[in-house]
Amino acid sequence: MALDRWIALVLLVICIIYGYTAWFTMDADLAPFMRRNPIWPSTFPKVLSVLGIGASFIILLGFEKGEEKTGEIDHRRLGDYFIGQAVFLLALMVIYALCLRSLGFLFSTSAFLILGSFILGERKWHLMIPIAFIATGSVWYLVQEVLGIFLRPLPMFMGV
Amino acid sequence: MLEGILIGLQTALSLQNLLVVIGGCLIGTFIGMLPGLGPMSIIAIMIPVAITMGDPSAALILLAGVYYGAIFGGSTSSILLNAPGVAGTVASSFDGYPMARQGKAGKALTIAAIASFAGGTIGAILLMIFAPMLSTVALLFHSPEYFALMVVGLSAIAAFAGPGQVSKALLMTTLGLIMATVGEGALFNLPRFTGGIMDLQSGFGFITLAMAMFALPEAVFLILKPKNLGDDGGEIKDLRITRAEARAITPVIGRQSIQGFFIGVLPGAGATIASFLGYAVERNIAPKHEQDEFGKGSIKGLAAPESANNAACTGSFVPLLTLGIPGSGTTAILLGALIALNVTPGPRLMIDDPQIFWAVIMSMFIGNLVLLILNLPLIPYIAKLLAIPRNFLIPFILFFTLMGAYIGQNNATELLMLVGFGICGIALKFANYPLPPLLIGFILGGMMEDNFSRSMQLYGGVSFILERPMTLGLLIIAAGLIIVPVLRTRLAR
Repeated sequence: MALDRWIALVLLVICIIYGYTAWFTMDADLAPFMRRNPIWPSTFPKVLSVLGIGASFIILLGFEKGEEKTGEIDHRRLGDYFIGQAVFLLALMVIYALCLRSLGFLFSTSAFLILGSFILGERKWHLMIPIAFIATGSVWYLVQEVLGIFLRPLPMFMGV
Repeated sequence: MLEGILIGLQTALSLQNLLVVIGGCLIGTFIGMLPGLGPMSIIAIMIPVAITMGDPSAALILLAGVYYGAIFGGSTSSILLNAPGVAGTVASSFDGYPMARQGKAGKALTIAAIASFAGGTIGAILLMIFAPMLSTVALLFHSPEYFALMVVGLSAIAAFAGPGQVSKALLMTTLGLIMATVGEGALFNLPRFTGGIMDLQSGFGFITLAMAMFALPEAVFLILKPKNLGDDGGEIKDLRITRAEARAITPVIGRQSIQGFFIGVLPGAGATIASFLGYAVERNIAPKHEQDEFGKGSIKGLAAPESANNAACTGSFVPLLTLGIPGSGTTAILLGALIALNVTPGPRLMIDDPQIFWAVIMSMFIGNLVLLILNLPLIPYIAKLLAIPRNFLIPFILFFTLMGAYIGQNNATELLMLVGFGICGIALKFANYPLPPLLIGFILGGMMEDNFSRSMQLYGGVSFILERPMTLGLLIIAAGLIIVPVLRTRLAR
């Protein structure tokens, strides 16, 4: 089965769960006075669930004839591309998200920019390190000091 | 009117106010380039500075300059990095980013600057002529018409559906609408589909989703298939637009400036709907061979939303200046600034404080002109951003993507959601699902449900569709926007 149909299947399951919630569970806690309204919180979701299930089925069962075309990157030959770098960078983003508060903006961001370049194959440390530090410092100064949006600069244990 | 124009010009052209508008445009452009900081946040940040200035005319001129600068700055990040920081510039990335990938970043930014200038200027002319009259027309629009207008906006999905892709576009739109129902809605005051997760109480963040669907998949594709941005040929610093290109975009800019302005006049409609509709309309009326170019770097596809969103921003001043009703988040903040400066916008503003009313309108002309003059020489340098080697550029794109989501919500969970949605976006892109309809559905979903619910409550059911001719007319237009391209494709076979 082609990838677009697998995705349609996943979305169909999501729409069914969404529809089940809208049709059968959402209205249980509805206050009596709200039941008299012509519209309930579940009305719009009910319509959407039907639309979603219908559209998923059309794709899944191949009712709409379209030309099969491979995008810019052929997902069946991912091994031919730099998949390792992509996975490592996505993992680095997750680590950055987890460390941003505890390690502070300045350290986390500098590390993210240096490691990001490193993962992509850059080894010019004399450029990577100063660029990362200058960019991190400038963004922090602009966002926190000029625009007044709080970004914890230093690690949590330092109390700042 | 002539007397008013002269008063406005006298105020706006003083040396102090000229410096103020130049400063405002520059500040707005540079801060607006940061994803996550849209015109609303930047104007809010600049209000204390404006109030300190004391003179209401100078303060409003500063804020108008910041406003236009921020809109242009937002377009820049959409075009160069595919990272739209505000909903109004999402449509600019559909063709602007492919142009940048083809090595036409300079040209794309020039078209954006010219289209923005024309949209803003035509909008200001229309504002001068029609402001008092339009304010009464805008009041004729009620919830049923707004709901129908959202449906017309959603009909833009047809513009993104290639041959045999209508069901995919429909599914993506529905998914966007479904995502918009997560969280506590304004009308029902009940949390829905949150699964008891506190972070979902306020729903998904727009910027998180925009970054996850556009910027992150593009960055990952650049990692998978290495090449520097703008490597596909062409000279990224080249700003020149050929005569044929100018001829092609002139009518588009004219049409969309007028359409965008009238959509912007409606409170709540704003630049987002104007830009999506502008894109959809131009795609639908384009000849068949040009339709296929949309989404792949069409100059018309870039000029349309750029002129429409700027004209709509100008249009949103109509209800603010003539009725004292803010038509958008940004004008609501401007209203706050006006009140803080002891100016009460409304029907009497033109009579009691003509110098302020006309100075604002004149500052729109001057702001747009200054922006064009300032930005055209800067474009080669801005476009050069794409010449940075990918090993340095990609980590920065990913960093700004993360920062956009973080600044908007100040919540680290948002970053994890960004990566999760980003992976989904990558899978959808692999399978050739169009991603813009998902974002359009998400953006319009909340407003659409609110207006639909209000209409149902007012009329006790769906009878409002038949009872209100304007609603029915708009829904027929929406149906036509979807059906006509499908029929045209079938007939072509």
